[in-house]
Amino acid sequence: MTLDEILKSLFPSGHGVSVSADGSITGSGKRRDGGTIAVIGVANGVALGTAGVLPLAEQVLQVVDAGGDTPILVLVDTQGQLMARRDEMRGLNEYLAHLAKCLLLASQQGHRTIGLEYGKAAAGAFLATALATDVLIGLPGATPTVMDLPSVARVTKLPVKQLEELAKTTSVFAPGLDHMVQMGAVAAVWDPAKPLDAQLEETLATTSSTDVRDKTGAQRGGRPMAAAVAKRVVAEALGKGGGHASA
Amino acid sequence: MDTQPAYGHSSWLQSTARQRITGLLDPHSFTEFLQPIERVQSPHLHLFDLPSAFDDGVVIGRGSLDGTLVLLAAQEGQFMGGTFGEVSGAKIVGLLRAARDHQELPRTVLLLLDSGGVRLQEANAGELAVAEIMRAVIEARCAGVAVIALVGGKAGAFGGAGLTAATCSRIIVSEQGRIGVSGPEVIETNKGVDEFDSKDKALVWSVAGGKNRRLIGGADAFTADSMDGFRTAAKAILDRVPSFDLRSMRAEQDRLAEREKLFGGCTDAVSMWKILGIDDPEAVSAMDTDGFVTLANSIKGANHDAR
Repeated sequence: MTLDEILKSLFPSGHGVSVSADGSITGSGKRRDGGTIAVIGVANGVALGTAGVLPLAEQVLQVVDAGGDTPILVLVDTQGQLMARRDEMRGLNEYLAHLAKCLLLASQQGHRTIGLEYGKAAAGAFLATALATDVLIGLPGATPTVMDLPSVARVTKLPVKQLEELAKTTSVFAPGLDHMVQMGAVAAVWDPAKPLDAQLEETLATTSSTDVRDKTGAQRGGRPMAAAVAKRVVAEALGKGGGHASA
Repeated sequence: MDTQPAYGHSSWLQSTARQRITGLLDPHSFTEFLQPIERVQSPHLHLFDLPSAFDDGVVIGRGSLDGTLVLLAAQEGQFMGGTFGEVSGAKIVGLLRAARDHQELPRTVLLLLDSGGVRLQEANAGELAVAEIMRAVIEARCAGVAVIALVGGKAGAFGGAGLTAATCSRIIVSEQGRIGVSGPEVIETNKGVDEFDSKDKALVWSVAGGKNRRLIGGADAFTADSMDGFRTAAKAILDRVPSFDLRSMRAEQDRLAEREKLFGGCTDAVSMWKILGIDDPEAVSAMDTDGFVTLANSIKGANHDAR
């Protein structure tokens, strides 16, 4: 789906969402019940740099400042963080983390945050946006890529062909929406053939701020150990050893 | 637990994760969780014919620092670049969640970061672990826990580690502690040598090194590259941490917007330092620790609670 199609299906009664020349999405949409949902994001696959973060974080802070429980939708189509010496020099890590922190603050203050990945999503920009929400939804055709296979091939010295074979039996390293569903990163994939507004409302009604991604990843088989290891650490910290975190 | 005498003057940079813990904490105060004997290791590395480590490259546990009880996680930069995998990430997540949920546990978490970011062989699990760590850091901070990042290892804090550092309450850095998102080699590979010459060491340090981070407000304390240095810096900062709320995030937004405006036109670090009012910015890289700390403490914008 294109961004326009997505917005029309999400907000049939109208929206004020705009995309800036550099791919920043800001604005709001009208919910079925007449309420408002704030909308931010990154469009057109652009890379997220220091300048791109600021208007997005600003809008999130305004939502928190206004009080209430207005939810926030984060639309994501980004190739990743901007790879530029000057942005690194200015501390891009702080800017990306700041956007994530603002979204986490909103969540703490009772605003449900929903990530919707409809295109690319990669690396640091993924962490700053979609992965910092309460729940992440995918649309068919989305291509989340933490590491592209040629890069994995370069580092592991394994041919891409062999990695593609390996990816059929494990979701732990290869790009793709299905793998991210297996891992528990993407909670659900919406059906583009059905109205998105209904699916948005259903998701909003069932989302909380509790992070269940590791449990989900264990249930779906993508992450056999994460949830068990984290739980075991808590038990040992409390002086209650025992229990095993085996696959 | 090794019982070597304290080696306060030895280099943090050259040490292993376990040596750093020994050098940082009070003698014999450290208790490890999920000890190597438990062999909680990566279930994925064998797919790539790679050896795994019995601690998956992260050491976690509890101890005390000058009498203050702390929880601690230390990344081993010498094991797969200190990267976040499914298990190494989950160990840090568990530690932070324990602090978040249990008031009877220490109210301070030290993260000894030494990492190039996400482990490629476990890219999806690693990326997700970082997302869970960032959320757990914030939730712990909201529950009154101070989360302190210490950066001075060979791998620095890049990718997910760079974002994690900037999520913490405070960041302590040495000159050798580099912090960023994309490393110089990654930028050079993707954008060409004209964008970033990773062989130019002076350039690399001026961009991501501890001195630049400290001067522009990207780190809160600067220390010499020694066990004593990190120990002293951590001790001094433990009970001076900002709260996490709308006010601190609004202040951070203003701080970062101001930085963008001030330095938007700068092509190198020296020109940024000049704008900060440093008379002789060329001399910064050669300054000794004491002189540099005094300078950084006097710079407006380098010292703030907007984190």
